[in-house]
Amino acid sequence: MTGTGVGPILIDMLAVDAGYRGSHVLHNVDFEVHEDQFTGIVGPSGAGKTTLLRVLLGTLDPTGGAMSRSKDLRISYVPQLETVNWDFPVTVFECVLMSRTSGRIAPWPTKSERAEVQAVLERLGISDLASRHIRELSGGQQQRMFLARALLRKPNLLLLDEPTSGVDVSTRHDVLHLLGDLHEDGMAIVLTTHDLNGMAAHLPHLVCVNGRVVASGTPHDVITPHVLEQTYGARMEVLEHLGMPVVVDAAPEMIDRRQSA
Amino acid sequence: MMDTILEPLQFAFFQKGLLVATLSGALLGFVGVFIVLRGMSYIGHGLSHAVFGGFAAFQLFAAQLYIIGAGLWGIASALAITQVARRSRVGADAAIGVITTASFALGVALFAKFGTSGPAFDNALFGSILGITPMQIWGLLAVCALTGAFVFLRYRALLFSTFDPDVADVSGVNVGRIEAGLMIVLSLAILATLTVIGVTLVAAMLVIPAVVARMLTDSFGRMLWLSTVIGAVCGLVGMYLSYFAGVPSGTMIVLVGAVVFTVVLAITGGKGLRRSAGLDDHGATEPVRAPVNAL
Repeated sequence: MTGTGVGPILIDMLAVDAGYRGSHVLHNVDFEVHEDQFTGIVGPSGAGKTTLLRVLLGTLDPTGGAMSRSKDLRISYVPQLETVNWDFPVTVFECVLMSRTSGRIAPWPTKSERAEVQAVLERLGISDLASRHIRELSGGQQQRMFLARALLRKPNLLLLDEPTSGVDVSTRHDVLHLLGDLHEDGMAIVLTTHDLNGMAAHLPHLVCVNGRVVASGTPHDVITPHVLEQTYGARMEVLEHLGMPVVVDAAPEMIDRRQSA
Repeated sequence: MMDTILEPLQFAFFQKGLLVATLSGALLGFVGVFIVLRGMSYIGHGLSHAVFGGFAAFQLFAAQLYIIGAGLWGIASALAITQVARRSRVGADAAIGVITTASFALGVALFAKFGTSGPAFDNALFGSILGITPMQIWGLLAVCALTGAFVFLRYRALLFSTFDPDVADVSGVNVGRIEAGLMIVLSLAILATLTVIGVTLVAAMLVIPAVVARMLTDSFGRMLWLSTVIGAVCGLVGMYLSYFAGVPSGTMIVLVGAVVFTVVLAITGGKGLRRSAGLDDHGATEPVRAPVNAL
């Protein structure tokens, strides 16, 4: 799979505008989500990453442009860990089962539902944590629990809001590897992030957003000083390390000195 | 000792009061779990005051139907709060402050100007076991049944939308409808328990059993039944004590709740405090939920 999206289209946005209470956050955005896509949406705070995610989710209607969704579209969403009330009285099992909201009326799970939850927890390597309270999990385990809840809905598109925010480097690596595995299994994945370097190493396709789509393509196409300056409004240096572009956060005068040398 | 305990039971009014107080405590404890976990304690407080406005207004014009009028008033207030908070720049707390206190003030003004043909002013505020009618008991039983049915049939959607409304919204749960349903149930619960607990004290019984239950468990299911039992016990014991102490039933029920809270806090210590401390944490930001979402 290429990850840049050549399969059938799940969501098609054409010249879409979106915003809140009359103020436009996104202008003239063209964006396609294909069945085989694995994309990171990057950009500074306030650039419209979350707004784009809301439009994709269908919780925010575009104010202009055209948008279409495949009839086969089944979206699951994984929220930011920072937005969750970790003191809420639920166990990992109860949390994962939450996403099974249709079909069954009675509060308690059926035997087959128990087996399904157990299977998805096993797939994500946290089956031994089912009876733990959610506060007792590490950052990586919390992310896996939400992935388990999302997967229980059997989606073909997984949307994640800042999945690597607030976790350590090792956990970030694990989470992105896990998402890579899910993508290999045939799931389309779109996530938002601030974390340029982590994405360059793991994601085949990036979209830079700053009120509009500034650039879209492979990490090599997108992570360039010119695109980053247009996206973030600041000069950044891009180096090559093990065949991957690496963004260096340096002062402008240091960049000038290095370039003149 | 036994004779003393059994003494009030010889009075029919006390038997009715005991039944209503126990059921009221259980109902408020049950509903209170969702209210507390959603950070809506202030709504409970505000709605009880709003219901008082309808209570005062309708008993002027149709004394026999004032309960129905107050119920409709409460539901309208609850939906107005939800709509104002969702559709405008006014925050939920400000919307509650304006709508419910204005309603309460209207009730006080109507009572002062025209008096009452229904329950006395003090009784409405602090609760009383005098004059409980069979219709009120049937009404309370009906609200208990309705609330139980609502939670049973919508348990998963309620749990999901209480824990994570944003994700529930995109996972097929009609969060707006669930919230509206919960508001209606809350209004009816306040109305049905108003007679015994009183307007000013209902909010305490929505909060105390749920907070005590949270200190005792990390499981949502267990918290739900524990809070119900704690509420029922507070109602039962409080009603008994109010008879012997000669004070309004609502005040004694709430005081028993406060004692239970203190005892459980002393027993659970830091663990209980840590568990209940998270009741105000409803996420640092709201990243995905649409700002306008019709009920």
